[in-house]
Amino acid sequence: MTPRLTRRRFIKSVIFSGAALSSGAGFYLASAQTRPSGGVERLVSLSINGRTRRVDVMPQETLAHTLRYKLGLTGTKIGCNRGECGSCTVTINDVTHYACSTLTHSVKGKEVVTVEGLRAADGTLHAVQQAFIDELSPQCGFCTPGQIMSAVALLKTNPRPTRDEARQALSGNLCRCGAYDHYLNGVMRASGQLS
Amino acid sequence: MPAFDNMPDMELYQPVQIDDALALAARLAERGWLVGGGQDTYGWIKDRNKRPEALIDLNGIESLRGVRETENGIEIGALTTLTEVATNPIITQRYALLSKAASVVASPQIRNAGTLAGNLAQDVRCWYYRRGLDCYRAGGNLCYADTPEAQNREHAIFNASRCVAVTPSDTAPALVALEAQMVITSTSGQRVVAAEDFFVGPDVNIESTTVLRDGEILTAVRIPAKWANAEFYYEKVADRNVWDFALVSIAGAMRIEGGNIVESSLVCGAVQCTPRRLTSVERAIQGRPRNEATATMVAGMASQGARPLNQNAFKMPLMDNLVTKLLTA
Ligand SMILES: Cc1cc2nc3c(=O)[nH]c(=O)nc-3n(C[C@H](O)[C@H](O)[C@H](O)COP(=O)(O)OP(=O)(O)OC[C@H]3O[C@@H](n4cnc5c(N)ncnc54)[C@H](O)[C@@H]3O)c2cc1C
Ligand code: SF4
Ligand code: FES
Ligand code: FES
Repeated sequence: MTPRLTRRRFIKSVIFSGAALSSGAGFYLASAQTRPSGGVERLVSLSINGRTRRVDVMPQETLAHTLRYKLGLTGTKIGCNRGECGSCTVTINDVTHYACSTLTHSVKGKEVVTVEGLRAADGTLHAVQQAFIDELSPQCGFCTPGQIMSAVALLKTNPRPTRDEARQALSGNLCRCGAYDHYLNGVMRASGQLS
Repeated sequence: MPAFDNMPDMELYQPVQIDDALALAARLAERGWLVGGGQDTYGWIKDRNKRPEALIDLNGIESLRGVRETENGIEIGALTTLTEVATNPIITQRYALLSKAASVVASPQIRNAGTLAGNLAQDVRCWYYRRGLDCYRAGGNLCYADTPEAQNREHAIFNASRCVAVTPSDTAPALVALEAQMVITSTSGQRVVAAEDFFVGPDVNIESTTVLRDGEILTAVRIPAKWANAEFYYEKVADRNVWDFALVSIAGAMRIEGGNIVESSLVCGAVQCTPRRLTSVERAIQGRPRNEATATMVAGMASQGARPLNQNAFKMPLMDNLVTKLLTA
């Protein structure tokens, strides 16, 4: 292993090759074993951000893991990995879910959208993304992709939410920096209620 | 006690027919683990504190979802998500007690994934147990939450038997108050259990909070017409509004005729291992109006007989105050 290899690339290569000599990669290795298991086929087609992706998925693998470490979609963050923070929020068939608490095998045949899938083909940002920039919503930015996904899902079903409805819709997204009101300003701007 | 990011290698089955799920549950028995939304499941497995060898993901079984009208009330498929339970028009119109309870579970994302069955069958939230200590509930011979130094602010004030953990489910008190029936299916047939008997305390079974046995699947919850459109009151008190379990909750259904309560069904969550029916209060308020005077008359009755631990005596006035609020709302 070359010293230049980054941690992320190392993890990635471990998962693909299923073999690494470093003990530091122990738990990734343990879960990347290819021992035969019953039930589901490991090779699956997933619809992610409108594209079909073929991936080898372990039975017990979470969507956050697949997105970040197999598909390189690191916009979906892992904060707590226990359903307690919301930084991993993605939409599945337009409904918000914690990717850390979703089995990848359960999204077969469904439409998964991550923060990477929001901007238009020409690069124009989604209204929520642009409004969050205009309102300086993020502070450190770690929770931002999750906040964006919750706001996007809200506006799909409720294009002109009240501030309180927005607060409810974003209540499953923790912000360690406490930028909640700035995110709510962003939602109000994205829905055309703040100029 | 390390915490891991990934779950260990397991088998995963995704049946789409209920019969296949039942056959798998029977064959795998204690090696298997049913998964609804998985929101109570994955933490256990990531922490390596429960080690099932196979997951049976029930989400592909369409027949287990949705709300149906029946001759005597409604039937909710066990795999219906909490978001659906909270927003379904039949439930919000007739059984608002249940939709309110479902709407305060955890967070929006957890309600989008979490199922009614999973919410009812979820395990207790005692942190000693959750961190993998070998306490009574885990098959050991001591309770870490019931020692002089223990952190037991959230634990039981009634009916402890070695274990002092409380029922964590927000929908359970509402379903006991509505006198719901649990439909439990296995390869050998079906049994229907009253909600009140579905939940069991540590005196009956210290390792499970319900009567569910290996191989059985909760397939539906029936709510009789009896309490449809009754007067309801639900309140959950927790340290924060999201991601937090009740310190005490109350679910009440009341029938009022000629200005007086003719019948009521009042249940507290998070005060013992099972939802606690407030039978003495129900008897005392019968035939009286739902008002301040009745509330004063039954003051202190709900918490009578409580045996608080070192840090949770506050749950007694909290229970009593919730009864007052229910009667004066
Ligand atoms: C951060 C966090 C906060 C939470 N806050 C709350 C809260 O405030 N209030 C609350 O009530 N809960 C709370 N929960 C607990 C719980 O995760 C959710 O309530 C959810 O409803 C569980 O449902 P599920 O379908 O995801 O359960 P699962 O994890 O799928 O299942 C839970 C248990 O039920 C069993 N089971 C599932 N389906 C069936 C079936 N059909 N038949 C028989 N057994 C079955 C499983 O085998 C497992 O033992 C919280 C969880 C987290 C992670
Ligand atoms: S309260 Fe129950 S679950 Fe908690 S440590 Fe005691 S025996 Fe274990
Ligand atoms: S990382 Fe998924 S909720 Fe925190
Ligand atoms: S902006 Fe820092 S966590 Fe939300």
